[in-house]
Amino acid sequence: MEKTNVNISLVGVGGQGILLVSHLVAAAAMREGFDVKKSEVHGMSQRGGSVTSQVRFGEKVFSPILCDGESDILVAFERTEALRHAGLVKPTGRVLVNDMDIVPVGVSMGSVPPAENLDARVAALPGVMRIAALPLALEAGNARCANVVLAGALASWLPMARESWEEAIRARLPEKLHAVNLKAFDLGFAAASGEAK
Amino acid sequence: MRSARSESKTCAEVARGEGMKYFARAMKKLLSANEAVAHGVLHSSVRVAAAYPGTPSTEILETVAKLRAAASFEWSVNEKVAFEVACGAAMAGGRAIAAMKQVGLNVAMDPLMTIAYVGVTGGLVLVSADDPGMHSSQNEQDNRVLARFARCPTFEPADSQEAYDMTRAAFDLSEKFRVPVILRLTTRTSHTSGVVELPDEPPPARDLLPYVKDARARVSVPANAKLMREAAERRTAALAAESEASAFNFALDGVGGTAFVASGVAWQYVREVFPRCPAFKVGFSWPLPVEKLRAFAKGKTRLVVVEENDPVIADGMRAAGIDVYREQTPLRTGELNPARLRALSAELFATPAPVAAAPAAVPPRPPVLCAGCSHRGVFHVLRKLGATVCGDIGCYTLGAAPPLSALDTTICMGASIGNAMGMRKAGLGSKRIAAVLGDSTFFHSGMTGLLDLAYNGGKVTVVVLDNRITAMTGHQDNPGTGRTLMGEPAKEADIAGIARAVGIGKVFEVDAYDLKEMEALLKDCLDGDEPAVVVAKGPCVVNAKLVGKSVRKTDETKCVSCGACFRLGCPAIVRKARAGEPVNGRDWAAGVDASLCSGCTLCEQVCPKKAFSAAE
Repeated sequence: MEKTNVNISLVGVGGQGILLVSHLVAAAAMREGFDVKKSEVHGMSQRGGSVTSQVRFGEKVFSPILCDGESDILVAFERTEALRHAGLVKPTGRVLVNDMDIVPVGVSMGSVPPAENLDARVAALPGVMRIAALPLALEAGNARCANVVLAGALASWLPMARESWEEAIRARLPEKLHAVNLKAFDLGFAAASGEAK
Repeated sequence: MRSARSESKTCAEVARGEGMKYFARAMKKLLSANEAVAHGVLHSSVRVAAAYPGTPSTEILETVAKLRAAASFEWSVNEKVAFEVACGAAMAGGRAIAAMKQVGLNVAMDPLMTIAYVGVTGGLVLVSADDPGMHSSQNEQDNRVLARFARCPTFEPADSQEAYDMTRAAFDLSEKFRVPVILRLTTRTSHTSGVVELPDEPPPARDLLPYVKDARARVSVPANAKLMREAAERRTAALAAESEASAFNFALDGVGGTAFVASGVAWQYVREVFPRCPAFKVGFSWPLPVEKLRAFAKGKTRLVVVEENDPVIADGMRAAGIDVYREQTPLRTGELNPARLRALSAELFATPAPVAAAPAAVPPRPPVLCAGCSHRGVFHVLRKLGATVCGDIGCYTLGAAPPLSALDTTICMGASIGNAMGMRKAGLGSKRIAAVLGDSTFFHSGMTGLLDLAYNGGKVTVVVLDNRITAMTGHQDNPGTGRTLMGEPAKEADIAGIARAVGIGKVFEVDAYDLKEMEALLKDCLDGDEPAVVVAKGPCVVNAKLVGKSVRKTDETKCVSCGACFRLGCPAIVRKARAGEPVNGRDWAAGVDASLCSGCTLCEQVCPKKAFSAAE
């Protein structure tokens, strides 16, 4: 049974909208009849710290959490976090990276050294696809939709139909944000599909 | 990647292939266990729900409020009051629930130990959300040990569906046995969302059960309590029979002689890692269904108990004479996960041990006080004045981290004042001793400490970081915000007024962003001869967004790279490469990340060279 589950880890920095995306994945999967579990940790992690959420779906999901080497997909909303959590991915897995950096406070203050060779190390991640979500979000009409751009890109790797994603977006967000987020989703989906060709 | 897209009914049935079906279901929702508990409240005709916010329990009452799931719901000032309110409602004949994090139950232990004697009329449920792994807590106490201590039956949901089912079952059980029922969640169940099947039609609302004054039953003076104590023991025997019969305790067949016993989320890990082994699920965990477990143990070669933190089930089984395997793999501290069970599998079945990925060489990203946080200035001044600082529980605990490094101690909610007094009375050499706590923590349990300080004296300065919100847990209202959870206006509690009323002579209010004034005031108070209270006022920046006039900028030609601004630990102050020649041998100058800056002006106030100013 476990073989049929799809295991996704989403990582980034507090405030990037990671939990919205993990919710959309879970809601879209549930709509298609999958068993779903989505885990996240609140609290201290909200204050600019590293944030992780995990979603698993399939016929039957037991453990809500994924350990090292258990994720089919890692979605990193930021490059340093992609490297920090790269160990979560299976050797046969894939990594979707938002091609941007949020400099950790220690680095910007000069108290810890920056990550070395960031670019080369990101390029070497298994099955990596880079998406620059911010320009696409701006094209959609709102910089804050960068997370939904990534959801669209992720959707190109997953079995759920567009209607299920759309329903999840409509159910979760206020009506005035539906159009811009659906556009962001479609731009992310198209960018990832184009990239894959 | 292979998908498992199949008919939705099939999946739902597979998903609910184990456990009991407590109610007929018709509708599916994606809910966290916290939200599922609130839906259970909605469908249980509950009169009163009360809580004090605390991760990972907070969303229970937030969802109760969103659903308007109870006739009355409140953020109480602390967990003791929340539970006392719930006890009162239950004695009056209404159903009631109180929710708290694990350490919150320490505060509510006093009423719990006696309401368990007195008993209830309406169903009473106490949610304890424990935090294995200490994601956001100061300790890792396993509150399951309190079930036996307080003689309260306990349910341990393993997922959101069970959280819903068990909430409803808990109210029924509570009324049947007139006893409070503990629902024990953990961070992992509380914050995991899963598919929950709910009835379309909630059961009809119920009136209060009749109230009859009965002092012998409800006034716990010794003469009455002695009788209650005997009754509690008889009730425990009856509850044991109920647990033996409960469908929340069940066995799954499997292959081989090694069998598992698990509760809570540990059950999920057992099913994940040992899917073919026989397994016993403990859902109604106190009283432990020892006879059912004894029957399950028959014919098994090894019985392995997997439970998070303390060996509560294992010890209960051993006490009943059931042989439990003693694993070598460490499972007692921290949160369990599939990898730790794979390590156990390596011990049991000589399967390959899991390989942990080597930690990536990347800079850490710890949580920090927000740019523009109103607590920062206080910590900056206290550090400058060389004060010994007893801290408390809240966002401001982050002030302990470098570069602010402002706290000497943090124990529990409200402890700062008593700790600071104790340090003073012990004769600590430090000339300046301060206690620092937030507004919500002050209302929670700082007020009593302050009264003690006023009464017994002691040269301690209490700084209340008054941002008018319970920030750390996600901005809940408190007596200082002027609004209740039900959305009604309330009188705003006045901290300075309370300090004066309990007898503190020196009480000041200060703008949390005015460093000069703050320093003069704190120096005067810390060096004075009597207790003092300084209320540092500044709204939480997450709520207020821009606290000052405008975002700051720097002038590279004025910056001498001294680093004074960096010692504020503000995430908006960044090193940027100098366009011009190095200054003092440094090729960087201070800069401002305009996307993070809140315009609080602290950087401008600490800069000796006036390099910071308002951006256009």
